[in-house]
Amino acid sequence: MIQIIVFLPLLAAIIAGLGNKALGNVPAKIVTTGALFISCALSWPIFISFLMGGHEEGFVVPVMTWLNSDSFNAMWELRVDALTAVMLVVITSVSALVHLYSWGYMDEDPDQPRFFAYLSLFTFAMLMLVTANNLLQMFFGWEGVGLASYLLIGFWFRKPSANAAAIKAFVVNRVGDLGFMMGIFATYLVFDTISIPEILAAAPNMAGSTIGFLGYRFETMTVICLLLFIGAMGKSAQLGLHTWLPDAMEGPTPVSALIHAATMVTAGVFMVCRLSPMFEVSETALHVVTYVGAATCFFAATVGTTQQDIKKVIAYSTCSQLGYMFFAAGVGAYGAAMFHLFTHAFFKALLFLGAGSVIHAMHHEQDMRYYGGLRRHIPITFWTMMAGTLAITGVGIPGTLFGFAGFFSKDSILESAFAAGGPGTFAFFLGVTAALLTSFYSWRLVFLTFYGQPRWAGSEHIQHAVHDTHGHGHDDHAHDAPADEGPTHDDHAHDARGHHAPVTGTAGYHPHESPWVMLLPLVVLTVGAVFAGFAFHHFFIDAEGGEHFWHASTLFFDEHLMHASHEVPLWVKWSPFAVMATGLLVAWLAYIKNTDWPAKFTAQFYVLYQFLLNKWYFDELYNAVFVKPAFAIGRFFWKAGDEGTIDRFGPNGLAALVVAGGKVTRRLQSGYVYSYALVMLLGLAAAITWAITR
Amino acid sequence: MNQLGFPILSLMMALPLAGALACLWSSAATARLIALAITLADLALGIVLWLSFDQGASAPQWQFTEYAPIFGRFAWAMGIDGIALMLIALTVFLMPICILASWESVQKRVSEYMAAFLFMETLMIGVFTAQDLFLFYIFFEAGLIPMYLIIGIWGGVNRIYASYKFFLYTLLGSVLMLIAMLWMAREAGTTDIPTLMAYNFDPKVQSWLWLAFFASFAVKMPMWPVHTWLPDAHVQAPTAGSVILAGVLLKMGGYGFIRFSLPMFPDASAQFAWLVYGLSMVAVVYTSLVALVQNDMKKLIAYSSVAHMAIVTVGLFAFNQAGIEGAMMVMLGHGLVSGALFLCVGVIYDRLHTREIDRYGGLSINMPKYAVLFLLFTMASVGLPGTSNFVGEFLSLMGVYQASSWVALVSTTGIILGAAYMLYLYRRICYGDLTKDDVRAMPDLNAREIAILAPIAAAVLWMGVYPESFLAPMRADVRAVVARMEPAKHPGDAHLTAGKPAAPATHGAHGAGHGEQGAATHEPSATTEHAGEAH
Repeated sequence: MIQIIVFLPLLAAIIAGLGNKALGNVPAKIVTTGALFISCALSWPIFISFLMGGHEEGFVVPVMTWLNSDSFNAMWELRVDALTAVMLVVITSVSALVHLYSWGYMDEDPDQPRFFAYLSLFTFAMLMLVTANNLLQMFFGWEGVGLASYLLIGFWFRKPSANAAAIKAFVVNRVGDLGFMMGIFATYLVFDTISIPEILAAAPNMAGSTIGFLGYRFETMTVICLLLFIGAMGKSAQLGLHTWLPDAMEGPTPVSALIHAATMVTAGVFMVCRLSPMFEVSETALHVVTYVGAATCFFAATVGTTQQDIKKVIAYSTCSQLGYMFFAAGVGAYGAAMFHLFTHAFFKALLFLGAGSVIHAMHHEQDMRYYGGLRRHIPITFWTMMAGTLAITGVGIPGTLFGFAGFFSKDSILESAFAAGGPGTFAFFLGVTAALLTSFYSWRLVFLTFYGQPRWAGSEHIQHAVHDTHGHGHDDHAHDAPADEGPTHDDHAHDARGHHAPVTGTAGYHPHESPWVMLLPLVVLTVGAVFAGFAFHHFFIDAEGGEHFWHASTLFFDEHLMHASHEVPLWVKWSPFAVMATGLLVAWLAYIKNTDWPAKFTAQFYVLYQFLLNKWYFDELYNAVFVKPAFAIGRFFWKAGDEGTIDRFGPNGLAALVVAGGKVTRRLQSGYVYSYALVMLLGLAAAITWAITR
Repeated sequence: MNQLGFPILSLMMALPLAGALACLWSSAATARLIALAITLADLALGIVLWLSFDQGASAPQWQFTEYAPIFGRFAWAMGIDGIALMLIALTVFLMPICILASWESVQKRVSEYMAAFLFMETLMIGVFTAQDLFLFYIFFEAGLIPMYLIIGIWGGVNRIYASYKFFLYTLLGSVLMLIAMLWMAREAGTTDIPTLMAYNFDPKVQSWLWLAFFASFAVKMPMWPVHTWLPDAHVQAPTAGSVILAGVLLKMGGYGFIRFSLPMFPDASAQFAWLVYGLSMVAVVYTSLVALVQNDMKKLIAYSSVAHMAIVTVGLFAFNQAGIEGAMMVMLGHGLVSGALFLCVGVIYDRLHTREIDRYGGLSINMPKYAVLFLLFTMASVGLPGTSNFVGEFLSLMGVYQASSWVALVSTTGIILGAAYMLYLYRRICYGDLTKDDVRAMPDLNAREIAILAPIAAAVLWMGVYPESFLAPMRADVRAVVARMEPAKHPGDAHLTAGKPAAPATHGAHGAGHGEQGAATHEPSATTEHAGEAH
């Protein structure tokens, strides 16, 4: 069964991808979407059987030999345990819904089979990642999702910005992969195997041992875990290696929902949880994970408060939420990390797909300054996004079971961090601050988009729609000519710095609610965003229930920590609630009550605003430190090294001597062959002479 | 004689030679057909060879041996092991593809062109099968003559300069290698390669012999800084010439290392491992960065070849199973992938007659089939798991990690830089909008071009998903090489110290980057084990 779940999407991707135009849009869509729904339908029973305690442990289904070299053995094999089961349902459910959603969202696109093939290919790679029973197969999935992400970010390949974003995503991820690969090398050197269960069993014995690395000696498990964690940082866009994620929003919105919110970016969290018994051996590594997670969580939330592009806000939000998951893992609350991964998948996919529905309605305008007053025009989108916002901001009443999905998982993370102490305390305070910012930017998004007066008249996309497609549908050529749209987005971004007063008015434009294929996934995800926390918290984070559920996996479940997290002081339990309410209040004051506040604020704190708007200037820094120098040094090596030194004093120098010496070069091409043959013959003559005279 | 009952190796060499002669006296059209038929026949023989190659545990190391004394000690001695088998398979696989690739693009002196290719096939197979030192030398050096002709006659505008550079570089190495061979034959009293592989030369002399061979192999490889002939040769060579150059001729350097330098001079190999590491690390970073700024497609791929070959050399000198097997897999994978990339360049060069990257753009729109195949080969070149190059790169880097974590770290940066220059290339050629009229007019792949590229694509995926088919024949032979080098091997710098140390002993080997130093400063203790050593 697990083979069908994993390989059916691959088969569908191959059929749709190679069939492409010959196959036609509808068959390609049916094949891929159908495959995903089958995979999804088969995944839930597995998950439920683990919930019911149907399996004592996981099981492994071998597929084929892959790579053997000496004692190094890597099989293609599919591991299913509780941890995998969680990921299976997340991946296949969100993927199936995104496939369906794309029927509507990509309806106008001329290149649909390719799009659906990429989506299915991604799903296959992601499934290979989560079913890996050895590090090499995990790396295969890791790179496979990277490939699919690259292809999908650059799906509208006529747009220069999309191409740049695709390459950036791949290359930045490769920096993380460098760490991952080195981690695998070190693992093999230490354990003489890369099979995950074997490593995890042997890891505790490595406590206190040291290993040489780059000339120094370090604790073995610290080296291995940190190397692997660099990989996780790349894939999960943690501070330092996060720069690709916001740019990845160049991809079509369903892609952002599936890959850059619900599944691929959580692969790093999954990896840390999968290898949690290893990380538990190294306190240093766990501290690093905690600090990096907490810092990312705070950093991304600050940037999220100032972005104008609706997708960028959600992207930074994702980055921030991933930070929560990491510091949860860092303090040892892996169950809580996985729970947040699980709930986040639903509400973040919901928010992205909702944003896609808004963008669809607004003729591909993504700048929230040109939205406003949309709640009456697209009510279903509005209500579903409302549910997503309530979930992400963690609305719920502490001490009870009344709350949206994010309430359960986020509060559990914060409480565990506090209970763990040490770096956990630091993470707790940054996490609470980030929760305040989360609430603010999430409500800001809702208020800017759905409330207030329409400000559509200022949008070039809307202008386009009104003038060009006068009379027919609202979304005629947007997909066909994405090339035209690249520059205009950039223009908006520059405008943002000039503080133009938004033009109010509808410009005669009428937004339409999306078709049912797009609304249905929104509604299904809404159910998840509302009830996932309530329904599953017992299995993921409850001390006894979690122990029971996670027992059938490699996840390290710390029962004591989960107990302790329930015993934290009352103010700790209520602080997320307090900041959530504060964020809502501030957002309401600034974007509904006193709409001139934001402009005043940005004028007052201009430097801070610029700093946040420009994402702490990471891109500028990396361009100056890595990208530009790489090209400059490359040019220098080429011109000054190869041509200026090696060739000049090597072959060219000799040539000059030869020319000066005797004009032999006249005979040129054949001349050289002859002289070469002559030398060879002379040598042979010597050899033969020796052979005979001996 | 052998398990087949006929001298298959000699036959595989005789066929192309006869074909070459036949081509010389044929018309262009006939010559094409003869060349194709002959290379396909050799491919069929190659398959027979592979299928009948005994991979069992008790199989002899050298199979299909032939021996016919000529005079003195000079003999027609042939025979292959698994390593040679794989390289022969690569050669016979690429040859029909080369002939097909030249089907339309070569219109000048077609008979001679086909003859040159067939003659080269004979010599290349000879290199991998020769078991006599001087026989090897003849094939090794003579194989370059048809290559000179191909570059010099059917090459581009600057072909003279390119072939001249090729010549100069190769000359020095060959002379030194020949002298070393003469000395070895005199010292050991034999020219039989298997015997020499087990002969223990005096470690002091080994250094000189090693350096002499190194001069030749490093140029062929090519290693930095003797790599500058390669970009020029590739740029000027016709497409099929580039394919053979990258696909097979570069592998002769690696084959030389594995057949001569490592087993014959193990002590010198250990002694000079730092030199190889150093040059390779420079090559990975240096040539990758140079590749990043190229505006000539062929030059870019040529520079990327140098970077990939550096992974081969670090793997070879890792002194363990994974490193050498990885190096072999990189050679095979690179042979396919870079060959395919040159073919991809050839496809669009035939249409627009320029190698300038900026002249293209948006080919995904009007050449979707081309874009798919080119993407596959780009990703393989980047080393994506599931493709041939990943297997090799992973194994050789993992192998060298056991020797030195520094070398592994620096060499692994190649995966970042490789992604950067290849994706940048792909973006400029296939992505972007279709703005140029002449580019828009380019038709997609025709049946012949698909027939050229599809088999390589299949092989690339096969090698990536089930590399066991390729690793299994070589396993025992690589093990023999590793066993031969075992006594000379240095312990790596990354070895594990178990237990609870009172104070972590900080090593002074900081920044050195070679296993040698790690060994010098490592205090032997009862609790130390050299994890991951090859057995």
